[in-house]
Amino acid sequence: MTTVLRFLSNTRGRKRLHITDALTYLYLLLGTVIMFGPVLWLVMSSFKPQAELVRFPPRFLPYRQETVVVEGHDEPLQLFNVTLEDGSVRQLAQVRRIGIEAQMIDPANPDEIIPVNINARTPVESVYIGLENYTEGIARFNFWRYFFNSVVVTVAATLVTLLINSMAAFALSKYEFRGRDAVLLITISTLMVPLSVILIPVFLVITEVGWNNNLLGIIIPAAATPTGVFLLRQYMLTIPDELLDSARIDGASEWRIYLQIILPLARPALAVLAIFSVMWRWNDFLWPLIVLSRSELFTLQVGLNSFQGELQVQWNLILAMTVLTLLPITLVFAFLQRYITSGIATTGMK
Amino acid sequence: MATPTTYVPGKRSGSPLKMITDPFEKFFSAIYNGIINVVDWIMHPLQDRVGVRGMAYIFVLPNLLIFGIFILLPMLLNFYYAFTGSTELFPQNRPFVGMENLNTLFTCQNFLDPNSCREDLFWRAVFNTLGYVALQVGTMVVLALITALALNAQIVARGFFRSVFFYPVLLSPVVVAVIWRWILQQDGLLNGIIVSLGGERVSFLTNAGWAQTWVIVISVWAQMGFFTLILLAGLQAIPGEFYEAAQIDGASRWQSFWQVTLPLLMPTMVVVLVLALIRAVQVFDQVFPFTGGGPGTATQYLVQYIYQTGFSNQTKEYGLAAAASLVMAMFLLVLTAIQLRMGRRNEAA
Repeated sequence: MTTVLRFLSNTRGRKRLHITDALTYLYLLLGTVIMFGPVLWLVMSSFKPQAELVRFPPRFLPYRQETVVVEGHDEPLQLFNVTLEDGSVRQLAQVRRIGIEAQMIDPANPDEIIPVNINARTPVESVYIGLENYTEGIARFNFWRYFFNSVVVTVAATLVTLLINSMAAFALSKYEFRGRDAVLLITISTLMVPLSVILIPVFLVITEVGWNNNLLGIIIPAAATPTGVFLLRQYMLTIPDELLDSARIDGASEWRIYLQIILPLARPALAVLAIFSVMWRWNDFLWPLIVLSRSELFTLQVGLNSFQGELQVQWNLILAMTVLTLLPITLVFAFLQRYITSGIATTGMK
Repeated sequence: MATPTTYVPGKRSGSPLKMITDPFEKFFSAIYNGIINVVDWIMHPLQDRVGVRGMAYIFVLPNLLIFGIFILLPMLLNFYYAFTGSTELFPQNRPFVGMENLNTLFTCQNFLDPNSCREDLFWRAVFNTLGYVALQVGTMVVLALITALALNAQIVARGFFRSVFFYPVLLSPVVVAVIWRWILQQDGLLNGIIVSLGGERVSFLTNAGWAQTWVIVISVWAQMGFFTLILLAGLQAIPGEFYEAAQIDGASRWQSFWQVTLPLLMPTMVVVLVLALIRAVQVFDQVFPFTGGGPGTATQYLVQYIYQTGFSNQTKEYGLAAAASLVMAMFLLVLTAIQLRMGRRNEAA
């Protein structure tokens, strides 16, 4: 106990524990509950059977009523703890319920039927991680179709973004050519132009090109990110020109220089951009909602939105599908957490 | 700009992991070298023709092309749409109507009362957006600052707490909406807590005031971590000597916060404020799957007005939607101009 206290009162170099330290920890712990609690609640709820989901007030852990298979009954019977008239408690299985009376049997002695008042019994429950919501949801929700579309969009868009942004950044950082400053100026000035301001005309362009209701319509338009070009260019400026010159003396072509020298050296910046691109594309919502109207082309986000907007809200399936939708990005975060947080801190990207 | 930090794995040449990954690395680098040779074989003759300078144009071309077609051209086309009418999408079929669309938007007997406006939905959206922007940005920036200060203190498990506060940023708007709808529904967690504390159940999402409040709460919840990280980076850039000097001069923690931390954090605060404002003006993603704009029009914001007018309504009023986009663009332009000006002032100071 004292070691725990000593550990908790460690202050990394300072001598005494100040009242603000206690407040800080209190704030951070409360924050942890508020920031992470809702997600944990979602995950817990996604394992619950329908009967448990409609229970009010809700319980934290997913419970399931125990059942028992008794000879002579096709379905498994529900188990209850029953307080008998003499005050003793027995575990009985319910055969059927008639009004306020339940007909119960002892699983060991299935022939004798014991009538019990329904208020005298409490269900026998245990914590149970059920995957039924998931299996049923995947079947009903066309999950793999949407998942596949989302993966195609995310991977293709990220590859295209990395390729064309790095090519442009290379040209803008390592060459003197006419119009360079103009290109740079236009790129920077549109950093602040969000897609939501030009929805109608972009939709027209997409339609003219024939990409309406086509995954290309969401992959290509946002690929030329000004943010990406800017980030990569700033990084490539730090690569010394002498490296390029000596490669040229050795007879390397410009494309060889780009592929063999620039790209490997710019790997840290490319990694940051890749992570952001994956994040943007996986979570993209407004634009896919506009471009995709055929349900077999839906991405996970659009599919989940239409699923949760249906009149008959089937919470058990929606919750499970939501967990599956947030899982990939959570795994990416778990593994690349360091990259992501330092990437944001240094570039301030959206 | 500082270069992003890289994760450098320690030297573990003999580790079992390395023995597994080594063949893959060799395999992929062989493929990559193959690609280089093929590209080189195709591009070398081209370079001989256009020269080294010419290659620069080729490098910049794909990005410029996509950029031009999908960002620059639409920016210009948006004006065209705003000044032409009819429900036709293709520009050649749209008759010129001059200021009619803007007039429709701005026809009001009393600009403070949306009911007196011809396009009352637009004005409701404008007022809702203004209210949202003020409250959401205000709340979020203050909370992000407090969180950043807490994370910047000398605490144990800082990395863990930083991740926890950042995690919701990664969640998609639809996921955030489902999570909170589940918590706020009639028989949800929050009502469960309220009832077990002896309160009455609240219909959070069918009451206008509550819905507007929760829209702000969930967007603060979902976005705060991002701004916290930027502020944290700003805090860590403040040299420790300043605090030591303040301490020697006998400043209390409270004083050194107001006299040292806040003034030096100002440039970062401005960036955060403007980014948050720009994002708040465009609020849509988190709200649409959450409330659908309801109850009634209580949580309808500008982008949803544009989306519905241009895409989801039966009659698609592209001109009206484009005109509304222009109004929003002007708004964003003003914000960006303020940022540039503040940025310059900060540099001068």
